Amino acid sequence: MKSPLSMLVAVLSGLLVLAGYFFPFPALIAIRTPMLDWAVTLAGIAGLVAIINLMVGVHLKRLREPGSKRFFSIVVIISFLMVAVFGFYLGPADQKFQRVVTAIQTPIETSLMALLAITLTYSSLKMLQRQRNWMGFVFFLSVILFLVINSGILAFSAEIPVLQDLLSGFHQIPAAGARGILLGIALGSLAAGVRILIGSDKPYSG
Amino acid sequence: MSPYEPLIGAVVFLVFSGLVLLFSSKKIRTKFPPVFRKLSAAQKLRRAIGLAVEDGSRIHVSLGNSSMIDPANASALAGLSTLSRIGQLASTSDLPPMCTSGSGDLQILSQDVLRGSASDTHTLSQFDPVLARMTGVTPFSYALGAIESSQDSGTSAYVLMGDFGPEAGLLLDGAENQGAYKLAGSNSLIAQSIFFAVADDTLIGEEMFAMPAYLGSQAVHQASLRVQDILRFLIVLILLGAVVSSLAGWL
Repeated sequence: MKSPLSMLVAVLSGLLVLAGYFFPFPALIAIRTPMLDWAVTLAGIAGLVAIINLMVGVHLKRLREPGSKRFFSIVVIISFLMVAVFGFYLGPADQKFQRVVTAIQTPIETSLMALLAITLTYSSLKMLQRQRNWMGFVFFLSVILFLVINSGILAFSAEIPVLQDLLSGFHQIPAAGARGILLGIALGSLAAGVRILIGSDKPYSG
Repeated sequence: MSPYEPLIGAVVFLVFSGLVLLFSSKKIRTKFPPVFRKLSAAQKLRRAIGLAVEDGSRIHVSLGNSSMIDPANASALAGLSTLSRIGQLASTSDLPPMCTSGSGDLQILSQDVLRGSASDTHTLSQFDPVLARMTGVTPFSYALGAIESSQDSGTSAYVLMGDFGPEAGLLLDGAENQGAYKLAGSNSLIAQSIFFAVADDTLIGEEMFAMPAYLGSQAVHQASLRVQDILRFLIVLILLGAVVSSLAGWL
């Protein structure tokens, strides 16, 4: 059962913030600014709640279950506790603390990025098996074409005016396509926002 | 920003809202029933939900990294609406759907959506709050956590709807290794191109926002889809008008 009070609060808050954006009168700004500040604070607290949920609900629970994943949960819990303790004690802006965290995080994420490059290359090769239609074929050809154009192989085209104009035209195609997709996304986002502001979509129960 | 831009924005918002309310009315819906083009991804998702219910497997919904205070959150809101509908359609399954996200606020909202679906379908006894979880706060940690969560839970269909970056490639690769059906949509152009190469079905552009309507949600979803079509037609006319005016030297 959805609470009418929570819906009323959500709709009114949304409308006030939106009105403050469209009509920046001092009275509306005075309401809008603290409301947005509260939202940022609430998002921070929600992050903390979600981390506790992950640690207690998932990883601590897994410690009681047999299986190889128990070891990974122990590593996650110990890492979390160490970061939390030192983070609270030294403060998140502390240079040494940041250096240690970055020295662990950056190599891991860089390795994952490298893994992603291999995964995507393999998936692109397999794409024609999955997308056996003209859209898949056009997509594959476009990928090859723009890889060639952006690789620098055609750098000599600067001396051939016709080829340069042709390549310049090709560079406009992705921008035009992206603009079309972004217009659709903008309309869809507007629809999603309107549905929430008129109270028909309620991703909360109150 | 031009001083007229907020005013234009307010007019567009009011017109859009008014038209959505108008097309939601029963009188208009009866007189002019909505007709939408076929979206094969929606049909396949329905089929995947049916199969998951039959074989007792789980549907995994991923909502991406955006926070609710991020301008990119509209795609996650569409994902939440889809999650709600999937929760209702899969209510007879032994394993209710699970949801992963990369921000705390989305985790709380998705937990609430799953609880609401369970409450609406009288399956609260099956509801487990841990089925909605934030698996990581950075894009890659989120992706790896989501893969690990789906491996734990016997997932047969994977739905990605939200704000994703290149890490979506890892997520989909994890789903591929499990042999799960993969449907994906995002507001991000990078993610859409990755989805097209890796997912079984990709929702391009506004198709993601249309998914709740195609899964048979409320009348207002269908009404908003009709209004979107009208506005898109108007934008096309404005763009064509601008091109003709520019060619004729009037602009």
